[in-house]
Amino acid sequence: MQLARVIGTVVSTVKNESLEGRKLLIIQPVDATFNKNGKPVIAVDSAGAGRGELVFWCRGKESSFPFSPEEVPTDCTVVGIVDSLQVK
Amino acid sequence: MMGADMMLARVVGSVWATQKNDRYEGGRILIVRQIEPDGRESGQEMLALDSVDAGVGDTVVVVREGWSASTAATGEPGAAIDAAIIGVVDSIEHQ
Repeated sequence: MQLARVIGTVVSTVKNESLEGRKLLIIQPVDATFNKNGKPVIAVDSAGAGRGELVFWCRGKESSFPFSPEEVPTDCTVVGIVDSLQVK
Repeated sequence: MMGADMMLARVVGSVWATQKNDRYEGGRILIVRQIEPDGRESGQEMLALDSVDAGVGDTVVVVREGWSASTAATGEPGAAIDAAIIGVVDSIEHQ
């Protein structure tokens, strides 16, 4: 998983039916000091995240498990919203 | 892109989240930084679920394959978890 900041949303009308009602977020991966860490990616939301929030996201095949038994075509899913973090 | 290979890492922090996927309930989310066998930090920083009671400062082994990570961290596969700490390293010998 990685940290990311939600920087936007994507609206898509014509899409795979398993994506109906799902929110597509644009997220900017960041490190624990909030510096950018790679390019922005599109992620399906499973945590109720919104713009500006710090989230963590999962990548790969596992990304569709939050929607099980529905098989949502995603390889990036936001799985949690960060309350706080501590780095030493 | 993040590779899918097992790697050495150092635990550098933790993350708290109330609103999260059900399968993360009860889990500890730790921030880890990849290291080389000689201990130098070498790149990727990521989050991993703990399955071995690792703590900040520990050198650990992180698995980055979903089935194994989910099983290690929650006892069952099929969770949206792509990295888990599966061991605390006592020592490394390499040439």
